[in-house]
Amino acid sequence: MSLFLIVALPFLGALLPGLMNSAGRAACAGVTFMVTLATFVGLLTNLPTVLAGELVTVGIDWMPLLGLNVTLMLDGLGFFFACLILGIGLLIITYARFYLAREDNMGEFFTYLLLFQGAMVGIVLSDNILLLLVFWELTSLSSFLLIGYWKHLPEGRQGARMALTVTGMGGLAMIGGMMILGQIVGSYDLSVILQNRDLIQADPLYLPALILILLGCFTKSAQFPFHFWLPHAMAAPTPVSAYLHSATMVKAGIFLMARMWPVLSGTPEWFVIVTGAGLITMVLGAVIALFKHDLKALLAFSTVSHLGLITMLLGTGTAFGAMAAMFHILNHATFKAALFMSAGIIDHETHTRDIRRLGGLRHLMPITFGIATLAALSMAGIPLLNGFLSKEMMLEEATHTVLFNSPILVPVLATIGSLFSAAYCFRLIGHTFLGPQRDDYPAKPHDPPVGLWGPPALLATLVVVIGVAPFLAEPFVKLVTASVLGGVVDVPDAHFKIWHGLTTALYMSIIAVGGGLLMLAIFNPALRVWDAAPRPEAKRIFDAIIAASVSLARKFIAPLHDGSFSRYAAIMAVTVLAVGYHAWTTGTVAPATRILQPTNFVQVAGWFMLVAATVGLVFLHRDRLLSLILIGIVGLMVSVGFVVFSAPDLAMTQLTVEVVTIILLLLALNFLPNKTPIESSVTRRTIDGVIAVAVGVAAAGLSYHYMLRDTIVPSISEYHLANSYKGGGGTNVVNVILVDFRGFDTFGEIIVLGIAALLIYALTETLLSGPVRARLLNRKPDQPRAGNMHPMMMVVMTRVIMPIVLMVAFYIFWRGHNEPGGGFIAGLVASIAIVMQYMASGFGWTSARVRYPYHGVIGAGVLIAGLTGIGSWFFGKPFLTSDYTYVRIPPFEKFELATAALFDLGVFLAVVGAVMLSLESFSRLARRAHVDDPDHPMDIDPSRDDETTKAEA
Amino acid sequence: MELLVASAIGILTAAGLYLVLRLRTFPVIMGVSLLTYAVNIFLFASGRLTVGVPPILTDATTYTDPLPQALVLTAIVISFGMTAVVVMIALGAFLGGNDDHVDDPKPEADAGDAS
Repeated sequence: MSLFLIVALPFLGALLPGLMNSAGRAACAGVTFMVTLATFVGLLTNLPTVLAGELVTVGIDWMPLLGLNVTLMLDGLGFFFACLILGIGLLIITYARFYLAREDNMGEFFTYLLLFQGAMVGIVLSDNILLLLVFWELTSLSSFLLIGYWKHLPEGRQGARMALTVTGMGGLAMIGGMMILGQIVGSYDLSVILQNRDLIQADPLYLPALILILLGCFTKSAQFPFHFWLPHAMAAPTPVSAYLHSATMVKAGIFLMARMWPVLSGTPEWFVIVTGAGLITMVLGAVIALFKHDLKALLAFSTVSHLGLITMLLGTGTAFGAMAAMFHILNHATFKAALFMSAGIIDHETHTRDIRRLGGLRHLMPITFGIATLAALSMAGIPLLNGFLSKEMMLEEATHTVLFNSPILVPVLATIGSLFSAAYCFRLIGHTFLGPQRDDYPAKPHDPPVGLWGPPALLATLVVVIGVAPFLAEPFVKLVTASVLGGVVDVPDAHFKIWHGLTTALYMSIIAVGGGLLMLAIFNPALRVWDAAPRPEAKRIFDAIIAASVSLARKFIAPLHDGSFSRYAAIMAVTVLAVGYHAWTTGTVAPATRILQPTNFVQVAGWFMLVAATVGLVFLHRDRLLSLILIGIVGLMVSVGFVVFSAPDLAMTQLTVEVVTIILLLLALNFLPNKTPIESSVTRRTIDGVIAVAVGVAAAGLSYHYMLRDTIVPSISEYHLANSYKGGGGTNVVNVILVDFRGFDTFGEIIVLGIAALLIYALTETLLSGPVRARLLNRKPDQPRAGNMHPMMMVVMTRVIMPIVLMVAFYIFWRGHNEPGGGFIAGLVASIAIVMQYMASGFGWTSARVRYPYHGVIGAGVLIAGLTGIGSWFFGKPFLTSDYTYVRIPPFEKFELATAALFDLGVFLAVVGAVMLSLESFSRLARRAHVDDPDHPMDIDPSRDDETTKAEA
Repeated sequence: MELLVASAIGILTAAGLYLVLRLRTFPVIMGVSLLTYAVNIFLFASGRLTVGVPPILTDATTYTDPLPQALVLTAIVISFGMTAVVVMIALGAFLGGNDDHVDDPKPEADAGDAS
């Protein structure tokens, strides 16, 4: 199966669980399982190539200019991790099916799970580091959703936020590191980067890049000092913990360190940072884990500890260390996932995870006991189980590692870590399953159905099989190690064996196991000491840092964003002015290339009217009705200006838009106060005036300057003019641009227009269903109403004129391709025809005669435009390719038929629908209680006389 | 002629900005409308001003630049939609709170300091 498909399948499959949600829990889990299985099988089809040691690569250029290409590769390392992700994924899906309660939304859970799975597979298969970063961030996001899946639990939400903050910050650091790496090598492709070890390590930016990348890895893999988020993420449902926090996500950091091992490792910096952090994490995690009472917290810290172990092994920079690391990843994934699932079973059946309330479960839950004991003993490093083998290799490696010139520091710390590790494993078994049976469990414990114990049992079997017959795993681990080493050094020829003879490592192991048993024996006094000892609480420190950052951010934001809109506007205007001034003074202004064109009297007169209306508007804006009239004049003069400057289409559009805008504002003014009171001080008004005039002068200056200069490079307009008739079949170039050259833009614009109208409709609905409704219904109009609400002359006129206006709209629409006009203008004209009916004959009368709801008209418009675009696919052309022909139907003249006209019809309908839906929504607000809409348009309202009489009396 | 258009852009901008800086919703909406005119003319003028040569293909040899016209045409229609949305929001806010100020009320602490 193509690598593209392997990465894409989980993402595509993520659409399914939500759809299957209503089909039942089994169907929902089943479809998720099938998707994962298909991906897994697809991965396995590539196994022969990987086994042959070859690299499977596929790639397409995405944004080659940025170096961002979708290139995927599959080598041993990627294959190993993808197997872990998908294989354990299958088990987790089965387990989750039975774990989740009936009230949990399973579709949501599995959607997140598949998104996460896809992102993880993406990370391990990426060949491009920028692509890898994208997937990296996706795992942070999807794990955030998974950890916070139980939204009703505050711990879940806090844990999810903490995990996102820490891993997100790490991800940001890593982006920086990867960028540096890409700059050094000159390519963002891993396959190229991995070939340039010497170049990278010799570069002065090696250390910053290393630190930034390691920050990303350490946060993701919960290494000290970023280990604290992992235990808090345990508020997630157990399947999530088992999947993300044992087998997959926390291993992403490890994966990346392994991936980058050939180019980053081997330097003293790498050794000290990685080994040091790994050692500290290993010991610290093990010690804390021993004293945790929550089963999952214990496992979480043990995971932290084991990740530290793996990190330390990678840090040593030797081939043997890398091999031990890979082997331990495999082993840890098996026993830790099994343990998490067992902890989930205990939680599920006894309703508690507190070790202090458990004990004596071995007879009540024998199957769970068997699985958990095998897995825990493996983790403790007991022979014949797989944990023993890799731990032995770790200790062996530790004896050869010299940190800070001390040959015993690493071995001693490694032994201490193993000792505590053994101790918490023994405690897990001893305090949960052994001991006397109790009678105060929160629920009656019993073994769960096979769906819950099956998956961990399978993993426990693997634990034993690898433990007894390590030679089975050896070729595979060596294959993976080979791809980690990337040819820098050879794969060590050491064999995986249970018995290596009486080595130092064996003695260390014996000390660890013996010491672990001893720790368990003195556990109670040790716990008292631990509880008494002061220690930093990571969550409190984290919360304090977050609170400090928030208050720091507030200090900056508060003076700028204090909720005063006029303040924002002023700040923005002044900033733009300052930046523009800077550009103006530092740049060079080329000499003018055009001459001023002559002015005639009509133009001056138009300019004067425009300016007079604008200035009048400023001084008279407190009278709102008057300002509407003035702005109408401005709009009219702008339309006239368009006529003068060779833009007939614009003039027609501006004129018609002006009409509907004024009607809209009039409708709004019906509810708003008619006057604006004087509130701001003279100083304030003066300052505002100064800002406004300064910006106005700048705008005028800028436009004056560029109108006198030609464009620096020839614009693409020449192309449009040349091809409008040949390619688009129309002589109105503006219209051809709208419906053909840039049809896709127009398509987007009519959608925006439709959304705006729907938004207005939705807001109206909200207003009319909320507390505002009562006020609106009992509103007293502030103006006396006309007694003759629907004058006969107007009614007759509008009805007579309606067909004529529609005919004009039709004409404007039809000629639009060749003469000024088109769908936008025709739509506006048709809207005005309908609005006239509303105004003259009343809302009720007109609504009763509207045959199609306006929503539908918008939808039809967008659909027609879209289908026209799709139509060109059937002829093998790209979206919205247009075609035209000339037909002649006697007795008419020859005329043109173009697919663009169909598209324009979509535009027409969308415009009509959007304009009418907006205006109709506003009008609906005006309907009041106790006032019936007149049935007959020419009704006289007799109540008005009563009101006037009362007012006079 | 260029001077007339440039000064019109400037005056529309200045008036629009002044109204945008007012405290009530209605003048702000008026101001935004004026700014819309200014911006549309500004964009239109980026095709440079020409008289009597509309971009309708005939036997003529020169035409005005059609591209800014196409862009401004949709801008005019979209700005109607946006105006309608803003007016609706302003209206909803006024009907809901009986207040048509655009600024959030000052926090209590500031009011105390001022008095």
